[in-house]
Amino acid sequence: MSKESMANKLGRFGSFGGQYIPEALMNNLKELENAYLHYKSDPTFQKELELLFQNYAGRPSLLYFAKKMTDNLNGAKIYLKREDLNHTGSHKINNVLGQILLAKKMGKNRVIAETGAGQHGVATATVAALMDMECEVFMGKEDTERQALNVFRMKLLGAKVNPVTAGTMTLKDAVNETLREWVSRMDDTYYVLGSAVGPHPFPIMVRDFQGVISKEIKSQLMELEGKLPDAVVACVGGGSNAIGAFSEFVDDPSAKSVQLIGCEAGGLGSDTPYSAAAMTNGTVGIFHGMKSYFYQDKYGQIKPTHSISAGLDYPGIGPEHAYLSETGRATYVAVTDEEAVEAFFYLSQTEGIIPALESAHAVAHAIKIAPTMNKDQILVVNLSGRGDKDVASIARYKGENLNE
Amino acid sequence: MNKANGANEINGVTRITKAFEGKKALIAYIIGGDPNIETTEELIIALANSGVDIIKIGIPFSDPSAEDLDAQSAHERALKNGCTTDSLFEMIKRVRETVKIPLLFVTYINPVFVYETDRFFDKCVECGIDGIIVPDIPFEEKDELTDVCSKTKVAQISSIALNSNKISERMENIARYAEGFIYCVSGMNIDASDMVSEIKKNSPVPCVVDWGMATTADGFVIGKEIIKLVGQYGRHSVDPVKEFVKEIAEKIK
Repeated sequence: MSKESMANKLGRFGSFGGQYIPEALMNNLKELENAYLHYKSDPTFQKELELLFQNYAGRPSLLYFAKKMTDNLNGAKIYLKREDLNHTGSHKINNVLGQILLAKKMGKNRVIAETGAGQHGVATATVAALMDMECEVFMGKEDTERQALNVFRMKLLGAKVNPVTAGTMTLKDAVNETLREWVSRMDDTYYVLGSAVGPHPFPIMVRDFQGVISKEIKSQLMELEGKLPDAVVACVGGGSNAIGAFSEFVDDPSAKSVQLIGCEAGGLGSDTPYSAAAMTNGTVGIFHGMKSYFYQDKYGQIKPTHSISAGLDYPGIGPEHAYLSETGRATYVAVTDEEAVEAFFYLSQTEGIIPALESAHAVAHAIKIAPTMNKDQILVVNLSGRGDKDVASIARYKGENLNE
Repeated sequence: MNKANGANEINGVTRITKAFEGKKALIAYIIGGDPNIETTEELIIALANSGVDIIKIGIPFSDPSAEDLDAQSAHERALKNGCTTDSLFEMIKRVRETVKIPLLFVTYINPVFVYETDRFFDKCVECGIDGIIVPDIPFEEKDELTDVCSKTKVAQISSIALNSNKISERMENIARYAEGFIYCVSGMNIDASDMVSEIKKNSPVPCVVDWGMATTADGFVIGKEIIKLVGQYGRHSVDPVKEFVKEIAEKIK
C-alpha cells in the first residue's frame, strides 16, 4: 500500500495534520509540495540521495546485537539501530541530506533551520557547507547555553547562529522565529524543518527521508534473524527518528504484529507540571501548522515544557504519531529524566555506547519491557544519537563541575 | 425566507458591511488585555469615540508567530497580567452596552479550537462580536470555521498576502469567497494600490489594507502604531492613542 494513502492532499492523517499557517506562507508551502512530489518519484534524485547516504552519512547504519544488555535483562533479544554512528552523530543527517538536496534542485542558495539540542542545526550546517549553501540556524537562547558546544560546531561549519529570546527561549520559539524569517525572505531561502512536525508537506517529507531507518532495520534483521522484530522502541519529541523507525512497519500487512512504541519526555514525572509529554499529558490542538497533541492549558495557551534533553523539549508531537496513537497502531509512554539518566549510564557501562539523552529515553523503556518478553522475541531500540554532547549536562545533573 | 428580510437582518456580517457605507472605514487593532483588561475596555470606548469604524481585538496567545516584535510583547504582557479568553468575553459584553461599532476578534486558531469552536462562537454572539480574523487559517483550511461562522453569522474575514506583484488565481479565489471584508497584508514596504484595485474587481466585499499601503483600499487598519503607543504608555495610553487616531480619522474623512 502506498504511503500517500495515509495522508491526503492536504496532508491529513485522519483528522490530524493540515496546513494551519498564515496566508503569507502558502506560496512557499505549495512550491515545496510540488517540488517534493516531483523529486520523490524522480529516480535521479533518489539515486543521488542514496549515494549521499552511503558515501557521506555512512549508511547503512549498523544493527548491533547488544549481547551484554540482552543477557543482563534476561528477556527479549535486543538490537540497537546505530543512528548515532552516522556522520554528525545522529539520525538528523538523513532528513537534512534529503531536504537540502531538494533545496538545491529548487534553485535555492540559502537554508534556514530551527534547532533544539543542536543536532539538527549541526546536521544542517554540515550539509550546507557540503552543498555550498548559506546557512542560518535559529536556537532558543536557553538551548544555546545548554548546548554551547553544538553552537560552536555550527559556527565552525560556517553557519550563523541566531539565539531566540522570545517566549520560553526553547525549541518552539526557535520554530516560530524560523517561520517568521521564511515569510520575510522566501525567494532564495529554503526552510529545513528538523522534525516530522509542522504544516504539510513537512511531516510526510521528513518521514520519507527518515524512513531509511526502518527499511534498513527490516532488511538487516531479515538477514540476521530471518524475521521481523516483535517491538521497535524510539524516543519522541516531534517524532522524526520514531516515525523513521516505524514507517516501514506501519503499512506492511505482514508487520501487523510488530509493536511500535514511542517514548516521550516525562521530565520530573508526567503527573507533574514539568514534562514534555504531549501525547501522555496533552490535548488536541492546532499549532505550528498542524492539528495534533500539544502540551497546553484549557485556553489553548502552549505551556512551557521541561525535559533534561533539549531535543525532546517540545510541546507538540508530529501529526502522524497522533494518528498512529488514535488508531492504536503505535503506543506512547512517558519516561522521566531520572529513568533516562539511569539508562544513559546503563548503556555506557554495559555496552560501551554513550547514547544521546534523547535516545536514552528509548533505552530506559527497553530496560523496562525486555525482561517481560520471551527470549525468542526481538526488541529493536532506535539509538537516534550519540551522547558526547550531553556529557557536560549529565555531570552537572550529578553535581559534578567539569572544567571543559 | 424572502430577500427583504435577509437584508434587514442585523448580524455580524451586515453590521460590518454598514461600516463601509459611503465612506472609507478606519479600523483599529489592539491586543486584548494589554497591559490589562481595564485599559483595553477604556481603549475600546475611546477608539469608538474618536472616529474609528471597526475595532479588531487580538486574543493574546503564547506563541503569536505571525506578528512583529511589538505585537509579540503586547501578547506577552497581556498573558502575564492574567488576561484569558473568558475575561475578554466578559469585558466585551460590558463594553457592548455603550459601543455600537463592529467589534472583531483576531485570534490564532488554537485558543478557539481548545475552547471548543462551537462554544467559542456562541460566546461571540452572546457578547456581540461581529467577525473573526484567524491568521493561521489560510484559504485551504477555511472549512475549519465555515459552518460555525455561517450558523452564527459571525463574519469569517479572509486575508490575502500580497507577496508578489501579480494577481494569482489563488488571490482571485480568496476574494471571490470573502465575506465582511478582505484584509490584504504585505510583508513588503510597497505601494499596493494597483494590486488592491485588481483584487476589488473580483471581490464582493470591501478591501482593507494597513494604513499607508494602498490609497485605493476601502478601509485602513491602524495597528502597529497603536500597539506601540500602548507598549510605551501602558495604563496611561488612552489619551495618546486617542490623539493619534483622531489625526488619522481627519485625514480619511
